[in-house]
Amino acid sequence: MSLIVEVKNLSYTYEDGTQALKGVDFDLEDRATVALLGANGSGKTTFVHHLNGILQGSGSVVIDGLPVTEKNLREIRKRVGLVFQDSDNQLFMPSVIEDVAFGPLASGMPQAESLERAKQALDRVGLQGKAYKSPWHLSAGEKKRAAIAGILATDAKLLVLDEPTSFLDPPGQRALGELLAGLPHAKILVTHDTGFARILTDDAVFFENGTIVARSPLAAIVQRFAW
Amino acid sequence: MRHARVERWSRGHSVIHRRHAAAKILATVVLLVCIATLTEHTLPTGAVYLVILVISAVAARLPVLAVLSGASAVLPFALCFALVSLLAGDPMQATMLVIRGYLSALAVLLLISTTAMPDLIAGLEWLRAPAFLLQVMQFLYRYLIVLIGEADAMRQASLSRAGSIRTLQCRQAAAAAGVLFVRSWARAQAIHRAMVSRGFEGRIPAFRRMEFKFADVVFVSLATVAITGLRAAL
Repeated sequence: MSLIVEVKNLSYTYEDGTQALKGVDFDLEDRATVALLGANGSGKTTFVHHLNGILQGSGSVVIDGLPVTEKNLREIRKRVGLVFQDSDNQLFMPSVIEDVAFGPLASGMPQAESLERAKQALDRVGLQGKAYKSPWHLSAGEKKRAAIAGILATDAKLLVLDEPTSFLDPPGQRALGELLAGLPHAKILVTHDTGFARILTDDAVFFENGTIVARSPLAAIVQRFAW
Repeated sequence: MRHARVERWSRGHSVIHRRHAAAKILATVVLLVCIATLTEHTLPTGAVYLVILVISAVAARLPVLAVLSGASAVLPFALCFALVSLLAGDPMQATMLVIRGYLSALAVLLLISTTAMPDLIAGLEWLRAPAFLLQVMQFLYRYLIVLIGEADAMRQASLSRAGSIRTLQCRQAAAAAGVLFVRSWARAQAIHRAMVSRGFEGRIPAFRRMEFKFADVVFVSLATVAITGLRAAL
């Protein structure tokens, strides 16, 4: 199977001098799922922000055969869907359907097609009845689903979910797990929740001080790092 | 949240909502110019403008009293300037400042209550407003909501511990304002990252593409003739 993500020797230093990533190598096969584990500040979120060019460090990042460079950013952002930890940051349009349609519209898709895609995406996440509600009137679980619908409405092949279970109650976490398990996309989960990760994958990576120190089955990582 | 009310109104269905945003902007600009040139001798015109605005609010199926009270938000500012005129010994000028300020606020509130923000931006774009100005408007609008949200969160946190925000002393209030802006800045950064990651390239696409129809031409023409005609006649 082909690789959807190929990262070689990726390093990144923030403006304040904090070196967040130090020579990270990583790859992921198409339609595969991996969990990124590690302590707060170990570089997980910084790493995933490189996957669609929000941050650009030294080294190489290739998505679906396309290098992440200024020239390719538009295409890269169509292929990589980032679901942020706090859905309130992600849902910025006045109604749910407008927010979900934002990605297709921004990529130049005609309005009628964008609207149709948005409706289909809302159907997939079970929010068809909330299309014309304001995002800030949704529950935490619904907001997360709306944020995921915003990605499903695009042509994304890779879903990157940053702490997807934060703010969710246990039934909401289970529902989200079932939803994600049914999606054919390649997925990268940034999470502290190994129980949730286990629903979706057995493949895990452990970050420590800006580097990947282990990649092995989830149970082995949990045991080795007492996670 | 208060901004959500205007947002909700702007997504209503009425003959006014259906007009092209550019048509409503043009009519509003004509009205604002006429209001700005009102004098003590043309007060009846101001009264008729008020009646026209109220009739428009009714036609737009907006809650008239809420709209009228919403426009009064401008009064504290208008009254400050009116006070200066009053102290300078010109009570009529002070009165006119308040009347012009209130009518202008009502006209603008009516425009934004009948036109969704993305449509308003699309209307300004249609009228060839500078792209940079439109971009600033979009961010100002989005981040104003962020600022209100953060202020609400801090207010609740403060109430839950202090019992009343009135107990805040001047130094604490100043520190809280500083924290509010830092928090808002951090959240705005996060929102911008989310927007960029979803393909934002400097322009929020309009959800609905409206056509400037014959009915819009009629609307602008009638509004312009009525507003300027009244200004000239009364």
